[in-house]
Amino acid sequence: MINLQSVRKVFQTKDGEVKAVDTVDLDIKQGEIYGIIGYSGAGKSTLIRILNMLERPTSGTVTISGKNMSELSPKKLRQARQEISMIFQHFNLLWSRTVRENIAFPLEIGGYPKAKIKKRVDELIDLVGLEGRGGSYPSQLSGGQKQRVGIARALANEPKVLLCDEATSALDPKTTDSILDLLVEINKKLGLTIVLITHEMHVIRKICHRVAVMEKGKVVEEGDVLSVFKNPKKPITKDFVKQVTEPEETVDTIKQFVQEFPEGRIVQLTFVGGRAGQPLITELIRHYEVDVNILQGKITQTQNGPYGTLFIQIKGNDEALAKAMEFLNSVQVEVEVIHNA
Amino acid sequence: MLNTWFPNVQWDVVLEATKETLYMSSISVFVTFILGLTLGLALFLTAPGNLWENKFLNGIIAVIVNVFRSIPFIILIILLIPFTRFIVGTMLGAEAALPALIVGAAPFYARMVEIALREINKGVIEAAKSMGATNFQIIFKVLIPESTPALVSGITVTAIALVSYTAMAGVVGAGGLGNLAYMEGYQRDNADVTLVSTVLILVIVFVIQWIGDKATTSLDKR
Repeated sequence: MINLQSVRKVFQTKDGEVKAVDTVDLDIKQGEIYGIIGYSGAGKSTLIRILNMLERPTSGTVTISGKNMSELSPKKLRQARQEISMIFQHFNLLWSRTVRENIAFPLEIGGYPKAKIKKRVDELIDLVGLEGRGGSYPSQLSGGQKQRVGIARALANEPKVLLCDEATSALDPKTTDSILDLLVEINKKLGLTIVLITHEMHVIRKICHRVAVMEKGKVVEEGDVLSVFKNPKKPITKDFVKQVTEPEETVDTIKQFVQEFPEGRIVQLTFVGGRAGQPLITELIRHYEVDVNILQGKITQTQNGPYGTLFIQIKGNDEALAKAMEFLNSVQVEVEVIHNA
Repeated sequence: MLNTWFPNVQWDVVLEATKETLYMSSISVFVTFILGLTLGLALFLTAPGNLWENKFLNGIIAVIVNVFRSIPFIILIILLIPFTRFIVGTMLGAEAALPALIVGAAPFYARMVEIALREINKGVIEAAKSMGATNFQIIFKVLIPESTPALVSGITVTAIALVSYTAMAGVVGAGGLGNLAYMEGYQRDNADVTLVSTVLILVIVFVIQWIGDKATTSLDKR
């Protein structure tokens, strides 16, 4: 669906060249929600703007539904852009237009007849849950409602791709979740391919199927969200994963566990995918002569299944402990013994 | 009663002068709006980073605007005499004031238009581009509607400046209330005529300001 090959973008500044995007290759499939995460300045904003040619790449090719974007004529590019919508961190609505008129804007650009525009706007207002607000001006709406208008506007032309430029970064956590739910809903309902950039792992975890991690213009790690969560390779990825899996105080907590519970073993179990739902602890207690004490745990839902960590203390004689460990290892749960190995 | 308080005022002449002032002001405001908006858009669009970025054109327009904006109006009238004679055929009467009024006010308004356009959030222009809008659609559907309150308050200020320009133009033979105040009032030592003319000019200015304020408020949905 979307293919990037050796895409580079170099800005000339007074201090010399800045490589905003440095030789990026990506392949995004039809119908998937693809997340690009990075800290500010990593080049993700530039990268997402290269997809619809708001920024021209210095070199490399961008292909979207078979079209080489940088070789399109201005007219063909405008037509292609009607199929690649975009929503923005600061919504970028026209304040001089009402909600209805804002949603109608891309349809006016597309040259649709008035009657069709009216019908389509009605559908979209329903789809994003803004019934009754059609006559309001953006200044009368909350941030979440403004982003809903942005989404409705982006969907008006029935695009194939939706680009989200930090679409939830200006919203509070609760509103962020409702907007993310809406994105998942339209992804499923319309089969829309969504590319989003963010600095929040929470967003990736909640809605993305695959993720790319960007640092200094390069994609340093890429893959299925769950496998990146399970096995982050680069330090920056580990940092991002920690944002959602471990509360910040975990390291301290573990030290405290070790002091507080000197007997037995302290084990960190990492559940990936379907495993998180299994009654593992019950089995452990039933079949082995050990005592289990749950110290701390967190299960996180991702689009590909649950992911979680659980800290437990296991007590028992050496033989029972060895058998229990054997069992844990056999059920494909990642086991890491933190204390008394 | 009017005749005892204002013995030297000929009311039919005052009425005629008021009409001339209104005529000069309204025609010049209208043409200034069109010309200033065009020039302002050109200034904005050719500036670096904008739709029709063009350093050369931008420089030329900026110089023209700055030169005509800087020349004191009374001198501009004199400099434009040959031009006015060529266009209008005479140097006398309300019509003869129009070229100087427009040439003096349009560059002034063009700068205000440019400032109004620069205030528009760049993200909105980017959003329109991302939807595949043409440059003309961006101008007529984004730039002008989004800057309307500033454009209206700008033309209000310009219209008030134009009313005072008409008074100056009156002194050099264009007619109107300025001419009346100077010729009949000041030159002939009829203070009452000067007073009546001044009050009428003030009334015109206040009415323009009031309309402008109302329009700006009702247009501004921010």
